[in-house]
Amino acid sequence: MTVLPRGDDPPIPPAAPLGASGDGEVLLRAEHLTKYFPIRQGVVLQREVGRVHAVDDVSFELRAGETLGLVGESGCGKSTLARCIVRLYDITSGSLFFNGQDISKSSRRQLRPVRRDLQIVFQDPYASLNPRKRAGAIISDPLRIHHRGSHTEIRKRVLELLELVGLSSEHVNRYPHEFSGGQRQRIGVARALALNPRLIIADEPVSALDVSIRAQVINLLDDLQDELSLTYIFIAHDLGVVRHVSDRIAVMYLGKIVEISPAEELYQRPVHPYTEALLSAVPIPDPDLSAGRQQIVLEGDVPSPIDPPSGCRFHPRCRFATEICKTTEPPLVQHGSPDHLAACHHPLSAAAGLAAVPVAVSETPADLVP
Amino acid sequence: MSDALLEVRDLRVSFRTDDGLVRAVDGVSLRVEEGETLGIVGESGSGKSVTMMSVMRLITDPNAQFSGEILYKGRDLMKLNQSQIRSIRGSGIGMIFQDPMTSLNPVYKIGWQIAEQIRAHEQVSSAQARDRAVELLAAVGIPQPARRIDDYPHQFSGGMRQRVMIAMAISCNPDVLIADEPTTALDVTIQAQILKLIRKLKEDFGTAVVLITHDMGVVADMADRIAVMYAGKIIEQGTGRDLFYDPQHPYTWGLLGSIARLDRPRPRRLAAIPGLPPSLLRLPEGCAFSERCAHRFDLCSTQPELAARLGTAHLDACHLSPERKKELRVTTIHPELIAEAP
Repeated sequence: MTVLPRGDDPPIPPAAPLGASGDGEVLLRAEHLTKYFPIRQGVVLQREVGRVHAVDDVSFELRAGETLGLVGESGCGKSTLARCIVRLYDITSGSLFFNGQDISKSSRRQLRPVRRDLQIVFQDPYASLNPRKRAGAIISDPLRIHHRGSHTEIRKRVLELLELVGLSSEHVNRYPHEFSGGQRQRIGVARALALNPRLIIADEPVSALDVSIRAQVINLLDDLQDELSLTYIFIAHDLGVVRHVSDRIAVMYLGKIVEISPAEELYQRPVHPYTEALLSAVPIPDPDLSAGRQQIVLEGDVPSPIDPPSGCRFHPRCRFATEICKTTEPPLVQHGSPDHLAACHHPLSAAAGLAAVPVAVSETPADLVP
Repeated sequence: MSDALLEVRDLRVSFRTDDGLVRAVDGVSLRVEEGETLGIVGESGSGKSVTMMSVMRLITDPNAQFSGEILYKGRDLMKLNQSQIRSIRGSGIGMIFQDPMTSLNPVYKIGWQIAEQIRAHEQVSSAQARDRAVELLAAVGIPQPARRIDDYPHQFSGGMRQRVMIAMAISCNPDVLIADEPTTALDVTIQAQILKLIRKLKEDFGTAVVLITHDMGVVADMADRIAVMYAGKIIEQGTGRDLFYDPQHPYTWGLLGSIARLDRPRPRRLAAIPGLPPSLLRLPEGCAFSERCAHRFDLCSTQPELAARLGTAHLDACHLSPERKKELRVTTIHPELIAEAP
């Protein structure tokens, strides 16, 4: 089996048709979204001594029906961004439009109708379900809070939802501890679906699950998107999973989006050196490809978001960094196709022959030797 | 007959609980040769950690029952008393754990913790032990080791703590390093750093490595030989190439099919394995995987043996004939091929 260098790849094939993508109306728009957490010191008079720059000047658009993947290392601000979007956190500055309406400064009362359309699935299915409530009560909570129907109607809807996520009506009276991790995550999904939302933010929904169960939950989310024409923001640190579910992908580093691109293009032609390093770090389940691969191993850890590096935040770990990277922050500009933006002074060229992810040459799996 | 460095023979570990006997490890046999890397893959509850914890004799639960032999250089570790096993832990077999946050004592300095281990095994002065600790920190790639040695664990990041754990594990030059999910809690970029470090240590010191993981990508990259565990048993065992290019057990096919891979075109759907692993309290009669297996037939109600069905060192525990497996597996691992066929 031979390995093609990435630069010699044939033109980018169209992405697999995962949900309607691209041409839908803009459902969510973030403009210069910023979230700082103050660090306070002092017992009585709490002075602010610093700020964690968790999300710093992030702008993007999300179209109805598409899936936007959000990747990055821990601490890059992807979960904070998710919580800002559903307004679990107040936004420090910037604006956020959902369905044309500015929700960045809305009060709790004003947010209530919006939240019907905007739901979140959390990472840890062990911590995000109340252990003292039965599955049925957990799923029906949103319906009761939003006064959706009578007692019997709600009960009927709960059974419908359980079936939709692949559980059965006998599960309705069980407690969370009686379920496995994958089943719990299904309950979390059912709860998010209860109000027929338009946008679901899935914050690492499969990270806590075993491989085989992970695939089940991903397939479920995929089916639900087709059936209910949902829009997703899918956060994960597993780049394979993100590629599988996403139409577009945003890569975050220290609170900023450093690259955003259609999914396949990001993997075939990364522009930002950080994206390349991330892709290159993913282990490949193929011994020969893995052995023949030039891995870029980033040195050191992610710097502190309390005092992020000047200029380009990636420069202390970047192998291409020069003087300008230390002083000037690169803007997010177009590279390649119109949808492909990256923030880098020294973008990787397509011809450089990137070997971040070697790809098996033949279309059919050649691995199963005779 | 045995020239293996570490050999596990028919290990059985079960735990008495109120609900009955949990058979966590059910007849596992393994060999680790000098200088090789053995990967053990499986999902949570498959018994991979319990197997290796038993090798280190770290399971102290009074409700645990053991049987079988664990031979390290010909000595049966199961028969040693606590002080004898302590002399083997660290200097013969070192171990690193999944969670570098909880494996270090938060109230002692890093250097003290490493030096303590060295002094427990060797007659050296505390100054010498401290010097060795600095060398070890440098060897595992901690910048400014002489200064960082007086830091506390909370001053280190997750990746650096895992480096410290590795420094401790190799402090007495063990022949075998057992790494139990060493990178699961870490980011991919840090994972790549740690795996590179383990590979380098292996080359420099000739240490044999037992790598426990659930990530097929990590074993493909690291392991010379791989054992796949399911419900307390090894269901397939062979070289890395055997497992990835010629997998024999339907569970291995399922594992390979459920990964969202970067090195292949994106399939329409992942080939998820349906259902859940069986409860270890009530294992099914016969093949433990049969309930979830799409290819089960009448023979599967009897227990398959882990045997060399291909006539090589590649072992598997499945009743299907090798020819039949060859027919079935492509469509199991790559379901898009059926879906796309006209």
